[in-house]
Amino acid sequence: MEGRIRILLLSLAPVAVALGGCASTPEDVQVPASEAEAARIIEPEIERREIKVPKIDHENFEIGAFAGIMSIEDFGSNPVYGVRAAYHIAEDLFVEAAVGRTEAGLTSFEQLSGNLRLLENRDFTYYNISFGYNFLPGEIFIGRNYAFNSALYVIGGVGSTRFNSEDNFTFNFGVGARLLATDWLAVHLDVRDHVFATDLLGRDKATNNLEGHLGFTFFF
Amino acid sequence: MRPFPRHVLILALLLNAVIPDLARAEARYQEVVVADPYLELHTGPGRGYPVFHVVERGAAVEILKRRTDWFKVRTEDRREGWVARDQMLRTLQPTGELTRFNDGSLDQFAAHRWEVGTMAGDFDGASVISVYGAWLFNPSLSLEVGGSHVLGEFSNSYLLTAGIAHVFVPEWPVSPLVMLGTGVISIEPQTTLSQPEDRTDQVAYAGIGARFYLTRRFMARIDYKSYLLFTSRDDNEEIDEWKAGFAFFF
Repeated sequence: MEGRIRILLLSLAPVAVALGGCASTPEDVQVPASEAEAARIIEPEIERREIKVPKIDHENFEIGAFAGIMSIEDFGSNPVYGVRAAYHIAEDLFVEAAVGRTEAGLTSFEQLSGNLRLLENRDFTYYNISFGYNFLPGEIFIGRNYAFNSALYVIGGVGSTRFNSEDNFTFNFGVGARLLATDWLAVHLDVRDHVFATDLLGRDKATNNLEGHLGFTFFF
Repeated sequence: MRPFPRHVLILALLLNAVIPDLARAEARYQEVVVADPYLELHTGPGRGYPVFHVVERGAAVEILKRRTDWFKVRTEDRREGWVARDQMLRTLQPTGELTRFNDGSLDQFAAHRWEVGTMAGDFDGASVISVYGAWLFNPSLSLEVGGSHVLGEFSNSYLLTAGIAHVFVPEWPVSPLVMLGTGVISIEPQTTLSQPEDRTDQVAYAGIGARFYLTRRFMARIDYKSYLLFTSRDDNEEIDEWKAGFAFFF
């Protein structure tokens, strides 16, 4: 109804303009056949579609935990465990932050000397921020029926290691393998060297602390 | 109003009864139509993974998720695979327009609101690792907060700072900036040496730096800061710091 009134008014508008413009006499005014004209104008029957585009789920973050064995130079090998989080910047490149913890064992000197202990606090904790580069992507075939996507990566970065209640600036580098069990669940196998300088045993030296671990991560 | 032909009306009513929410149902996944001759589906999100299926021009695919520059899509016959971003850019939206993704650009870099980054460098001869976050009031002025771990030969310190930074020409891909701020530093000496007590001092800093737009939502940054430590002793300490790092903006 409203539409029709609008059409009527619109069709009258030029007449009104003509009236105003020429100040013509009432005899010049032609009464429009408004009904007929309104019928000629086709009302659009298309309803506007409102298109809502659903957001795409980005899965660039990876978070998980790991456990393995870490060898502390001069202090034996012990279990290590920790957590890691990664952000995948590009297909090949990711940045990872990790925190890990292990405990120092006894040096050979301590073992031989009986009750002598070099350290008060044997906790060994580290954190690091590293860049990883994925290379050799491929598939791992398990049996006849299963194929899993995988990739090797090289990784390296900087961080800090707290050992004997002291923080030491630490470089880390290593190699890892990532196997994607599903799109969102990955299994990692990592070997990493943590290098830092310490004067714990009398003189300054760079120590290499090797770690091997197995971990799980979730993509989200 | 022209009346509908009766059979159309009946059909519509029937359909409406059978699938009542067909028209209103909100799609869970974004759907695009292939405009390239073929859309290649890889087994994994990377160029090294083999192509195992192709979708022809005109067919529709649903976008399930995205990882870096790869999109997991589902075809009409329910196959799922990964498609590269370059190919996704040559698909059509339901509106008929080309598909576009908001992946960050130099324009967005010039007017971003948030920034999170990590840096490493030298703090008066010691190594420093830091993280920072910034909130930009306007394209050239920001509030920055940061935390640093300083790892020296004789002591370790934790440094927390807050300050403002001013970027001179935000729209340039490389732009200088100046910084001014304050904070606290907590210094703990290494235990193998003599054991003076830990101390916490207030600091103030002034600095210059530069930021570089890399790509997408990434930027690099270098900073030089001159710190003044207000110690409890007679002299204040001055410390120079150099850092380089990268950041994400959004």
